[in-house]
Amino acid sequence: MARSVSTRSKVLNTAVAGTLGFLMVFPILWILILSLKTEEDAIRAPLEVLFNSGWTFDSYGAVQARSDYFKHFFNSVIISVGSTFLGLMIAIPAAWAMAFVPGKRTKDVLMWMLSTKMLPPVGVLVPIYLIFRDTGLLDSRLGLTLVLMLINMPIIIWMLYTYFREIPGEILEAARMDGASLRSEILYVLTPMAVPGIASTVLLNIILAWNEAFWTLNLTAAKAAPLTAFIASYSSPEGLFYAKLSAASIMAIAPILILGWFSQKQLVRGLTFGAVK
Amino acid sequence: MATKASKAAARLMISPAVLLLLGWMIAPLALTLYFSFLRYNLIMPGDNLFVGWENYYWFLTDPSFKAAMINTLVLVGGVLCVTVLGGIGFALLLEKPMFGQGIIRIMVIAPFFVMPTVSALIWKNMFMNPVNGIFGQIASGLGFAPIDFFGQFPLLSIIFIVSWQWLPFATLILLTALQSLDQEQLEAAEMDGASWLNRFRFIMLPHLARAITVVILIQTIFLLSTFAEILVTTNGGPGTATTNLTYLVYVSSLLQFDVGMGSAGGVIAIILANIVAIFLMRMIGKNLDA
Repeated sequence: MARSVSTRSKVLNTAVAGTLGFLMVFPILWILILSLKTEEDAIRAPLEVLFNSGWTFDSYGAVQARSDYFKHFFNSVIISVGSTFLGLMIAIPAAWAMAFVPGKRTKDVLMWMLSTKMLPPVGVLVPIYLIFRDTGLLDSRLGLTLVLMLINMPIIIWMLYTYFREIPGEILEAARMDGASLRSEILYVLTPMAVPGIASTVLLNIILAWNEAFWTLNLTAAKAAPLTAFIASYSSPEGLFYAKLSAASIMAIAPILILGWFSQKQLVRGLTFGAVK
Repeated sequence: MATKASKAAARLMISPAVLLLLGWMIAPLALTLYFSFLRYNLIMPGDNLFVGWENYYWFLTDPSFKAAMINTLVLVGGVLCVTVLGGIGFALLLEKPMFGQGIIRIMVIAPFFVMPTVSALIWKNMFMNPVNGIFGQIASGLGFAPIDFFGQFPLLSIIFIVSWQWLPFATLILLTALQSLDQEQLEAAEMDGASWLNRFRFIMLPHLARAITVVILIQTIFLLSTFAEILVTTNGGPGTATTNLTYLVYVSSLLQFDVGMGSAGGVIAIILANIVAIFLMRMIGKNLDA
């Protein structure tokens, strides 16, 4: 008896949550459908689109031909992956030191690092723009990589720090006793234990860098424009070509949706700086 | 002795990160502050006179500043209301036992991974466009006049789009917090005859209070800088109807090339963000001791 009631409420929960979940994801599903239609079909009434039109992959080819998707895709990859790994190289030693050799000021340093993340980008837009213009970094992948590395550095350090703190210090102590040098301590003892934490840090930061849309829009033009800017170029009249806009959008978000799938558990810790676990 | 050596090594390992962040923070900030006191326009090259508070005066008395401040507050406040209330609802729902929980969870979270320019464009064109958008087509199909969302309710439309992107974030954090709630406490309350509303009011809500605060503070930091959604949908218009502070600074510095004015606006944006940041930092700092 009790069991049948609980199954019924389970079905009810599934129905309600499923409907709401479907509504949340519907825009993404819808552009996936539109991207597989011809332009003429894509602007017909929703039911017509669903049940009364053919399917085609033409829009994907058209997007590549019109605006060179792959160039922007590679820009996005280079900028997001580059900034993450560059940041990691600087952040791992820092986070390691703060987690295992905490000093009196460690907490202050951590808080101060976090405070740099609170700086609104628009507050430093003008000087960064001028510095980039004068040093030739404007519209370059290198410049954007550096900026994204810097804005995500506090998050990288914080995430690593919270993961490193969970590694028992005794193990490192033991390695040190056995005569391991600092270098081999980090390389052979710490790194393998920290890999899961590092992996989720990498994942989250690639996502954040991939979707970053203030600096990427303001500091790039044609050459270094990543996918955020590539999509923004569809906001002009061409935006009315629904099938192509949909295909372009799908191509821009698909890689990150897949990464996001894997990183959803780490998202909370990373984005709340460990305040909610 | 070993500690001394490792302390020195530790300092050495922290310093690149500290120096980089210090440079990233101090140099542009100092320049912004410096520019904000100059008459400095990129299309009128001159001797960049020192003009004191003039830029601040003009920026603050410009009617579009007042509009931008109001829009910023409405945008941030609106999105916070929708995402916090919606997030609590979603979290309570998703925490219940159901079939296919993992898949439903992912469906709810998915919008968070969509880049801002994409979500703004698909809502603007595929949904809110009065002629070809789904909402318009449904309205005409049912015999109503379609609504021109960005013409009639520009700010509300942007609040809607941004909320869609941030609702998953709030849901995820509140769900995580809810899952750490002691189930026995809830069961005990239920045995004692506490109604669901009372259990929510006196057990769940206090437990969620901290997570809610974190959601509000972090989202506020990000929402104050809303930019891409405005750029690709309305360009701040019609008039200044959707211009927020970030967009206003962008307009004065990169579109009107008024470096001085833009910098003054930037300084004001920094001050506003800092007010929020102080509260957030305190919360996170407390957690660090625990």
